[in-house]
Amino acid sequence: MARIDDQRPVEDVVSPAGARSTQAASASAGTPTGQPGVPGAARVRARGGIRGREGIAGWVFVTPMIVVLGLFLVIPIGMALWVSFTNWQGSTNPFAIGNGTDVVGLKNYTDLFARDGLTRDNFMQSIGNTFYYVLLVVPLQTILALGLALLVNSTRLKGRGFFRTAFYFPSVTSSIAIATVFLFLFSNTGVVNAFLGYFGVDGPQWFNDSRGLLHLAFNAVGVDDPGWAQGQILGRSLWDWLSGPSVAMFVIIFLVIWTTSGTFMLMFIAALQDLPVDVDEAAALDGTTGWQKLRYVTLPMIKPALFLVITLGLIGTWQVFDQIYVMGKGKPAGTTLSPAYLSYQQSFGNFHYGSGAAMAFVVFVIIIVLTRVQRYVLTDKDERKPLFGRGGRK
Amino acid sequence: MRARTTRGAAVLALAATGALVLSACGGGGFSGGSNNAPQSSAKGPVKLTVMIGSSGDAETAAVKKATEAWAKKSGNTVEVIAASDLGQQLGQAFASTTPPDVFYTDASKVGTFAKAGNLYPYGDQVKDANFLPALVQAFTYNDKFYCAPKDYSTLALEINTDLWKKAGLTDADIPKDWASLEAVAKKLTSGKVTGLVIGNDINRSGAFIKQAGGWVVSPDGKTMTANSAPAKQGLAEVQKMMKDGVLKFSSDTSPATGWGGEALGKGVAAMTIEGNWISGAKKDFPNLKYKVAELPAGPAGKGTLLFSNCWGIAAKSQHQVAAVDLVKSLITTDQQMAFADAFGVMPSTQEGAKAFAQKYPESQPFVAGGQYAQGPVNLPGFDDVMSKFNSELATLGKGGNPDAWLEELQKNGTAAMAG
Repeated sequence: MARIDDQRPVEDVVSPAGARSTQAASASAGTPTGQPGVPGAARVRARGGIRGREGIAGWVFVTPMIVVLGLFLVIPIGMALWVSFTNWQGSTNPFAIGNGTDVVGLKNYTDLFARDGLTRDNFMQSIGNTFYYVLLVVPLQTILALGLALLVNSTRLKGRGFFRTAFYFPSVTSSIAIATVFLFLFSNTGVVNAFLGYFGVDGPQWFNDSRGLLHLAFNAVGVDDPGWAQGQILGRSLWDWLSGPSVAMFVIIFLVIWTTSGTFMLMFIAALQDLPVDVDEAAALDGTTGWQKLRYVTLPMIKPALFLVITLGLIGTWQVFDQIYVMGKGKPAGTTLSPAYLSYQQSFGNFHYGSGAAMAFVVFVIIIVLTRVQRYVLTDKDERKPLFGRGGRK
Repeated sequence: MRARTTRGAAVLALAATGALVLSACGGGGFSGGSNNAPQSSAKGPVKLTVMIGSSGDAETAAVKKATEAWAKKSGNTVEVIAASDLGQQLGQAFASTTPPDVFYTDASKVGTFAKAGNLYPYGDQVKDANFLPALVQAFTYNDKFYCAPKDYSTLALEINTDLWKKAGLTDADIPKDWASLEAVAKKLTSGKVTGLVIGNDINRSGAFIKQAGGWVVSPDGKTMTANSAPAKQGLAEVQKMMKDGVLKFSSDTSPATGWGGEALGKGVAAMTIEGNWISGAKKDFPNLKYKVAELPAGPAGKGTLLFSNCWGIAAKSQHQVAAVDLVKSLITTDQQMAFADAFGVMPSTQEGAKAFAQKYPESQPFVAGGQYAQGPVNLPGFDDVMSKFNSELATLGKGGNPDAWLEELQKNGTAAMAG
């Protein structure tokens, strides 16, 4: 798996051995210097020559993508950043100051953290909810995806094609459709409760149950809103922060793990199929057990795929929106609020576009930081660069 | 080092391309920058867009028919769009330069829309229609009457007549005040049947607050009165009946039900408090027999809640004169009765309400409620405030302190009013 910061010359990257690394190729080709890469740079600078027009060609090839990304990604992000510094209400031109739009500086951001009020309450609750959501979804979906990939990649399994399709199926179905089906499954009189009733268990009212799972666990051992958990952190008591995902949120967590693990399974399969067979055989000759082979041979070799899956998982989970929108819009008692949904609601429901945009950028920073930390953790010790800031490159 | 130059150059390139694209499409986007209401300047026939949040095909067809009749008479054209999610589609449309000219606006949204500068206040041009005073108040924000009420509904008491008779009750027992309501609810409660089942938010319990003489905000909408004595008294009554086991929220019944009509239809409730949409329950439960009565009076007299939509006109509309003319044709008594016949809503004018009560005598209690009803809180930024309160109120069945919730509502509401 080529990284964005791949330093190899283009000819190495686009050669058949590196055929998968087209991303890096286009990134290098897009450089306006016309230098295809480090070793070839001097040659290219000479006029004429067999590669003289490579720079222009590169430009021509990447221009469509640059235009599309710029028009639909970079410029809107810049505009949203501007809006997050204003009190724009959506009906005027946000760039014309004074016409119902004023620059309020960092107020939208400080209000999210420092001003006692409903906006902060909701935002902090949504951060808390999503924290538990990410904490459960990312590891579980990664493990499940890896497990499924190992399973369908094993040569002993018959009908691998069928299982691969079956496991991948939830991923290609519309998330809205699946969420709606889950609403029926987990309704008060739905299949799940009927099934539980079969065993004499009185199932909870899944989507009306705002009790946190950790709170339930605390209650089970006789702890309820104890004195040590009364301290306020960012407007919420420690006890509220420790609630864990609510029962309703748990259903969403379950749903998301089930739907996305198929996609990630596919990435793991791709990585597993790339592994050289001789290493496997050598490991077998050395007498490794199945677990040892997985831990010390397979996992280190698919580390890039693992990094990719966890990164995509982190990014995707912090942005959770569609399931929330379909399955409760924050109900019950705000325990399924996510920052993405709250940002949408704050913008298009309350017309506080500035505040909504500010929420989005806070989540953006959270994602960047977590991804950076995650990358640091996954890198081998001797290759680590400082966690933040630009370290020296090898 | 090399990496840094290439990356820097790439960023530069991206920025350059971006700037090119930006200049190429300059002038598009947010051109309707002025907040000044553009008056109709177009001469000749215009094309109006009407966006509605329709309850079904009957409503869409009726609105289409009515707008086409106006279009034919005035020589203009009208396009009716039935939104699948009105709130969301309006929010996005307002951010564009060409929102729909006329659209349904819920009473609770008036302040939010008006404050953001999306609504054209034309109430003064249509106030001769003699709307119910409660409706005028519902669509008045900051002393401006914004838009013509389209229709309205009020809450009344629905009684399952079979269970009523079984409990040995007669028409004379229909509750007139809180004491008699408690008495009949007690008689009707037995086994899995609860005397009174209501929805779990302010839109039902609020009727008790109104009957106690209070409301969340003052009549002029300028101050919060959520922690006033009548407000606390109203919720205390709900809590008292709940503790006696004669009142339950629909989410707490067994089996849990989605709304009062379902509870009534499934026979877990002997009485419920709903609006005239209760007739929908007859479709789901054909065997259900019920009668409608006015809500019992509280210590401060009769009180009920009112829900309504108005015909909002966009501040950015290029055809406001034509749009007002269209709305005027839609609020005539004849037209409102045609809507009433088609999909069961109640006309918003005094004259229309009278005609409706004559034609549909069984709906008399709903019409009567219009005289003493309270509209929803219509202040901007109150969506979050009310939903926070509602999420707390919903847990009343499991215990809790409604006074504390009202204090919090007071605090959050005051903060929202300050902006």
